[in-house]
Amino acid sequence: MFTRRDFLQWAAVTASITGFSGSLTKVAAQQKLTQDDLLKFDSKGQVTLLHVTDIHGQLKPLYFRPPSENYGVGAFEGIPPHLVAEDFLKHFNIDNGTPLAYAHTMVDYVNMAKTYGRLGGLDRTATLIKAIRGDRGDDKVLLLDGGDTWQGSYTSLKTNGQDMVDCMAMLKPDAMVGHWEFTFGAERVLEIIDQMDYPFLAGNIVDNDFEEPVFESTKIFEKGGVKVAVIGQAMPYTPIANPRWMFPEWSFGIRPEVLQENVDKARAAGAEVVVLLSHNGFDVDQKLPTVVSGIDVILTGHTHDAVPEAIRIGTTLVLSSGSHGKFLGRIDLEIKGGKVVDYNSTLIPVFSDIIEADTEMAAKIDDVRAPYEAECQRVIGKSEGLLYRRGNFNGTWDDLICQGLIEERDAEISLSPGFRWGTTLLPGQDITIDDLYTQTSMNYPSVYRLEMTGETLNNILEDVCDNLFNKDPFLQQGGDMVRVGGMGYTVRPKEEIGSRISDMVHLKTGEPIEASKSYVVAGWASVNEGTQGPAIYDLMETYITRLKSIPQLENNTIKVVGM
Amino acid sequence: MNVTRRQTFVIGAGAVAFATLGASITPALSASDTEKIIADFIGGKEPVSGKVKLKTPEIAENGNTVPISFTVDSPMTEDNYVASVLVVAAGNPFPPVATFNFSAMSGKAEASTRIRLATTQDILAYAKMNDGSVFLDKKNVKVTIGGCGG
Repeated sequence: MFTRRDFLQWAAVTASITGFSGSLTKVAAQQKLTQDDLLKFDSKGQVTLLHVTDIHGQLKPLYFRPPSENYGVGAFEGIPPHLVAEDFLKHFNIDNGTPLAYAHTMVDYVNMAKTYGRLGGLDRTATLIKAIRGDRGDDKVLLLDGGDTWQGSYTSLKTNGQDMVDCMAMLKPDAMVGHWEFTFGAERVLEIIDQMDYPFLAGNIVDNDFEEPVFESTKIFEKGGVKVAVIGQAMPYTPIANPRWMFPEWSFGIRPEVLQENVDKARAAGAEVVVLLSHNGFDVDQKLPTVVSGIDVILTGHTHDAVPEAIRIGTTLVLSSGSHGKFLGRIDLEIKGGKVVDYNSTLIPVFSDIIEADTEMAAKIDDVRAPYEAECQRVIGKSEGLLYRRGNFNGTWDDLICQGLIEERDAEISLSPGFRWGTTLLPGQDITIDDLYTQTSMNYPSVYRLEMTGETLNNILEDVCDNLFNKDPFLQQGGDMVRVGGMGYTVRPKEEIGSRISDMVHLKTGEPIEASKSYVVAGWASVNEGTQGPAIYDLMETYITRLKSIPQLENNTIKVVGM
Repeated sequence: MNVTRRQTFVIGAGAVAFATLGASITPALSASDTEKIIADFIGGKEPVSGKVKLKTPEIAENGNTVPISFTVDSPMTEDNYVASVLVVAAGNPFPPVATFNFSAMSGKAEASTRIRLATTQDILAYAKMNDGSVFLDKKNVKVTIGGCGG
C-alpha cells in the first residue's frame, strides 16, 4: 500500500510540473526526486519481501511503454491489472505528469520519457536492494526472483543465459522460479541450477512418466525470528506456450491440489508465513486464493503487470512487480501468532537517472557484455516514430515485424506471437542490434512460410484469443493476441471461443478471407520441432537495414467491439 | 459392434496405470451409440454428483496423451463398494474410453490412464455402486493450438 506520506511527497515533487508539457528539463525533474524519496517506506513487522520478476535479460536501463489496452473479462473487467492510462491513474490516486504516472502508464509517453528518462538497470536495482538490506538488516529481508530472467537479450542468447545468471548471483536472491528459462532446454536449466547458490523452486512441475516432482517445491527461511515458507510455481502452460520438445520429460499445470498439499506441509513444518513465488500471471493468481487456502502472499509475475500496491484476495496479498527491471516490489509483513496482522507494500520505480549505480554490479554488467558490446551497439536503422510492443492486439514493433515477414518472405499474411517482452524506442532513436534482440531473442526463432486456409487462420485467431479472454483465468496462458500482418479483423473479447473473430479481410485486395482458400503465411516462434526458415532476428536485421528509417507506424486494421 | 468387450478392463487391488486405448481402426461412433453405452451402464438410474472425483488438466499439454485419473469415495466392503467406472470422452470420434471394474477386494476405487483427445471437450466419469446407484463427475479439458504465450 502506498503510504499517504509517500504520495504527498511525490505529489510535492510534482506540484511544479502541473500542466506539464514537456518543457521541464530532465535535470529539473531529477533534482526534485531523489534516491531517498524512492526508498522512503513505512517499514512494518519482522519480514521484508523484495520481488523482481520478468527482467527478460535486461541488464541496462530502458524505456518500456505501458500498454494502452489491457482488457479483463468476466469478473476481472475494469479492475487491476486491467486498467490503463487515466483509469489507472484515477484508481491509484496518482497525478498526471508525475514520475509515478510515467512509470505506470503511457499517458503523454514520449514527453514523459524524455523528462524522466529510462527505468531499470540491474546496477540500480542492486543499489536499492543493498540500501533496503542495510536499513532493515539482512536477517529480515528475502529477495525473490519470479523468473523470465535468463531470456530476452542479445547477450542472453549468445551466452545461453549465463550473463543473467552471473549478474543475478551478485544480488544474492533467496530463491527463483521460471518460465522462459525452460526454452534453454532441460539440460541447460539443470546445469545452471547446479551453479546457483539459491534454489530453483517449482512445485507444479512433475515428470511425465510417474508424475513425480522434478524440482524442490518449498524452502523455509527464518527471517526476523519468523519461519517463512517460499513455494515456487512455474508458468503452468510452459509446454503449451513454448516448445514442449525442449523439455519433453516435464509436465506443468496449475495443480492447485499439489499446491494445497505443499502449503499444508509447510504449515505443518512450522511456517508462520507462506509465500507463493508465482509465474502464474495476475488473473490466475487472483483466482488461486479462492481454491487454495493458507497462502499469505503471492508474488506474481508472467503477465508483466505493474500494480503499485498489493491487492487483497480474502486473506491473501497479491503483489505484481512489473517487468524488465522497471520496478522493485517490496512488501513488509508483521506476523503475530502465525498470522499476518499488518503489512505495507509498494513498487519502487527504478529511475535510472536518479538512482546511483552499484559499482560492483555495473562492473559485472560491463564484464559480461564486453565480448558483445560492439555488436550490441551496432546501428542498423533509425525509428522516426515510437516503437513498442505491449498491447492486447498490436504494438508498433510487431507491426514492423509483421511487415518484415511479409516482405522478406514474400507472404500474403504474417503472424507474430503475442509476447509481452521487448523494450521501447523513442522517436528519433537509432535501432541497434541490442534493440532488435530485445524483441526477438529466443531459441526457436525460425521463420516458417507455408499455406494456410482461411479456416485455419480463423481457428488460430480464435484459439489465441481464448487464451487471452477466457472468462476462467485458469484457462488463460498469459500472452497477448497473436499479431497479424496483411489481414484485418474484428474481435469481440467478451464472446466465447468460435464467436470472437469476424470480418477477416485480406488487406492487399480488400477481399474477405475465404475459409476454403489458401493463403501464403509467414510467421515465427512456432512451437513445432524442426521448423524451417531464417531466424527472425536475421530476417529483421536485413529488413530494417534495407528500410534504414522506420516511419511512424499506424495500425487501424483491428476493430475491437464491446469493450 | 461389441464395444464393451474391447473397452473393459478388470482392475485388481489398488490403483493401476495403463496406456491409451487405440480407437483408430474403429469407425466413429454415432451419438446415439454412445448414449446407448451410457444408458446400458447406468441402467436407468439418474447419475448424481458426488463420490467420484475426476482429475484432468485444465489445458492438455499434448492432446495425444492426456493424463486423467479418478478416485471414488467408498469403504469398498462386501456390502458397499464401487462396481465399475465408465469414462467417456464426449468429443472424441470414439467417446467411450474404458470401463473399470472393481470389487470389494480392490481395496480402493481409483485409476489413472492417458487418453487421446481430438479437441476441447468434456470428460465424464460415471461410477456405479454395488447397489446400482450412479455418481457422475465431469471435467472440461481444453486442447489448444498453443505457441503464443509469454
